[in-house]
Amino acid sequence: MDTQVKKLGLKERYAAMTRGLGWETTYQPMEKVYPYATYEGIKIHDWDKWVDPFRMTMDAYWKYQGEKEKKLYAVIDAFQQNNGFLGITDARYVNAVKLFIQGVSPLEYYAHRGFAQVGRHFVGEGLRVACQMQSLDEIRHYQTQTHAISTYNKYFNGMHHSLHWFDRVWYLSVPKSFFEDALTAGPFEYLTSISFSFEYVLTNLLFVPFMSGAAYNGDLATVTFGFSAQSDESRHMTLGIEAIKFMLEQDPDNVPIVQRWIDKWFWRGYRVLTLVGMMMDYMLPKRVMSWREAWEIYGEQNGRALFRDLARYGIREPKGWLDAIDGKDHISHQAWNTFYNYNAAAPFHTWVPTDEELDWLSAKYPNSFDQYYRPRLEFYREQHRAGNRFYNKTLPMLCTVCQIPMLFTEPGDPTTICYRETDYQGDKYHFCSDHCKEIFENEPEKYVQSWLPVHQIYQGNCFKPGVDPTQPGFDPLMAVFDYYDLDFGRDNLDFEGSEDQKHFAAWRGQALQNTV
Amino acid sequence: MSIDLKTVNIKPLRLTYAHVAKYVGDNKVPTRYQEATFGAQPSVNFHYRPTWDPDHELFDPTRTAVKMKDWYAITDPRQFYYGSWTSTRAKQQETVEANFSFVESRGLIALLPEAVKKRALEVLTPLRHVAWGANMNNSQICALGYGTTFTAPAMFHAMDNLAVAQYLTRLALTLEGPERLDQGKSAWLHDANWQLLRRYVEDTFVVPDPVELFVAQNLALDGLLYPLIFDTYVDSALAMQGGSAISMLTAFITEWHAESARWVDAVIKTIAAESEENRALLTQWFRHWEERAADALTPISVLAMGDAAASALEEVRQGLANRVKKLGLAR
Repeated sequence: MDTQVKKLGLKERYAAMTRGLGWETTYQPMEKVYPYATYEGIKIHDWDKWVDPFRMTMDAYWKYQGEKEKKLYAVIDAFQQNNGFLGITDARYVNAVKLFIQGVSPLEYYAHRGFAQVGRHFVGEGLRVACQMQSLDEIRHYQTQTHAISTYNKYFNGMHHSLHWFDRVWYLSVPKSFFEDALTAGPFEYLTSISFSFEYVLTNLLFVPFMSGAAYNGDLATVTFGFSAQSDESRHMTLGIEAIKFMLEQDPDNVPIVQRWIDKWFWRGYRVLTLVGMMMDYMLPKRVMSWREAWEIYGEQNGRALFRDLARYGIREPKGWLDAIDGKDHISHQAWNTFYNYNAAAPFHTWVPTDEELDWLSAKYPNSFDQYYRPRLEFYREQHRAGNRFYNKTLPMLCTVCQIPMLFTEPGDPTTICYRETDYQGDKYHFCSDHCKEIFENEPEKYVQSWLPVHQIYQGNCFKPGVDPTQPGFDPLMAVFDYYDLDFGRDNLDFEGSEDQKHFAAWRGQALQNTV
Repeated sequence: MSIDLKTVNIKPLRLTYAHVAKYVGDNKVPTRYQEATFGAQPSVNFHYRPTWDPDHELFDPTRTAVKMKDWYAITDPRQFYYGSWTSTRAKQQETVEANFSFVESRGLIALLPEAVKKRALEVLTPLRHVAWGANMNNSQICALGYGTTFTAPAMFHAMDNLAVAQYLTRLALTLEGPERLDQGKSAWLHDANWQLLRRYVEDTFVVPDPVELFVAQNLALDGLLYPLIFDTYVDSALAMQGGSAISMLTAFITEWHAESARWVDAVIKTIAAESEENRALLTQWFRHWEERAADALTPISVLAMGDAAASALEEVRQGLANRVKKLGLAR
């Protein structure tokens, strides 16, 4: 280093490397170069007030990330080469991996594109660079997950058409519509939805359960990915909190807008996490903790501290906060029940937990499980043993906003399904909760566009081209599964008797026993 | 002699995901690049129109006037996925680091003739803003383009553009100091030599078609700028004037341009080969932007090379004309 370079401190040097690069355009007006900067109503007076939380230049980024990649791929290679999947606790665990590759990995891809968009369109250079780096991290996550889970896809069902399903299968419209809602919003709402509400407030409830679940269940590939992504995630979380503070500090008029977004995105995110809750309580043979416990630690405790901290800006807890707390005893059980019912149409397996697992659930949910959910599961098991494994063939009504079937119950009354509705331009729209209804009413012109899988099936939009529904003996559900490219009997239905179950038992036997 | 280690042999049910097999076939194990890139972008049943662009779907092939039956026909000959891209750059970054410390520790900067150094800084420092513009445009191409084999490398390219801007910043800091950055920016904003180029860059910021933007930025402008400034001026002219130290500090930039041009060429070639209409559009865009880029670079080439500028620029233009001819664009 020569003496002149030393004249610049780290902070100034980083500033020269980023915000010093931009300029006020004059040949094209700034409003045309940055056309999305103001339409959401967020007022930014001084972009220089943005504080770069990481101060990472590209050379440093490559250096750190290159090291991480080397280690990660060494493990992925070894996992693949040595049939690492034989070391998992039980083939039921693979269904958590299916849920992940079907419902989460495509969101990483979406985040990559979304951060590219806002990384181009924010006026401030510092924020832009932070967003661009996150765009890179997100494509990294999509790609490393795709590689890590590739081995599972080779040996187990329920993963081969993951992206095809993401665009079509009913339950995957929940994460898909969630992220598309964010991507189609303006840049500041995108940041509030993904960087703040999702990455900062809720990510621990997505990331920790999946990655700890992998660790507890012997899934070396996924847990290594998890460790490797951790430092990326902590950068993303920091971006989220800095972004929210920046907006709030720039103008008091921003506060009510940001508050409405926090209300909306907390609830949207919380609804998506229903799937994670179900995974934690039902899909992990070796449990990490219950959804309720995870919610109390990562949701309630962290959230309370955060919103106490944000109170000085005039921000309060999200509107759905108390209803979310009320739901912690119920949502995972209600969701599993729904998938158990509709398992013909979902490309992973369900089952009734073993007695030991039911006891675990009873102990973890003293206020709800024995009273409301255990008897139902035991009834299903009896029926199954008697040869009546029940699959529901009617299609459920969906919430227009979160797109989850109407499976949630009234706050404070777990025996009554919660229904809300509203009229808009002569049509009736249905919701699972006050909060989804309010989200709709704030932006009805957006949510009337929702591609609701059940409506689409009834409208005949989920058959392959050339299918004739008027033919005698036409089976609409089988035609829908065909449109899904779901391999009936292999990808779906009960775990008991599945190909996954049989294969895993045979392979494990082959690995553990000597053949004569 | 090699000994086969015995492992438990289990026959896989399939070799890869269906969205990858569609492109590589069911019986082939895809490369890491293929598995991580093909078919990755969601493509149907979008829920909401973007509030920032209600005329289009979230991902919409009609944002550009060129048409492709399948956008995944475009591939990256470098086979970059995140892991291979970042590892490649991490290695190059080590070389850059070694070059900077070599130049600094041997006191090579003090050996540079003052006039040569001053001129080099006048030429190179404002180019950090040009690279920053390229970063914005390639982010835009990633955001609004269609199909991951086209858009993912655009994001890697955007970050390479940022790195170029940062290496040029570092070069200015190393050779002179922070005040040079201010002078460079002031020249970029006000000095007559730079205004055509700045106008060019600002005009690309408002090009709505992602493929036209790709042509304007990556083929026309960078296809002239990098050979002209980093090959002809820095590596040849400056070296003859005792400025080899500077060429050590821009070695990454030259190397990177040659490498990434292979990707740019593959994109253009594939789109052009698809149809006569595409070829005509690309040709029209290229002619328009190349003409403007050459005009914009004229004063910079004079600033850098004086009397030798006209022939240098002409040679570079000829080189680019030959390059695009091979890609199938009409003369």
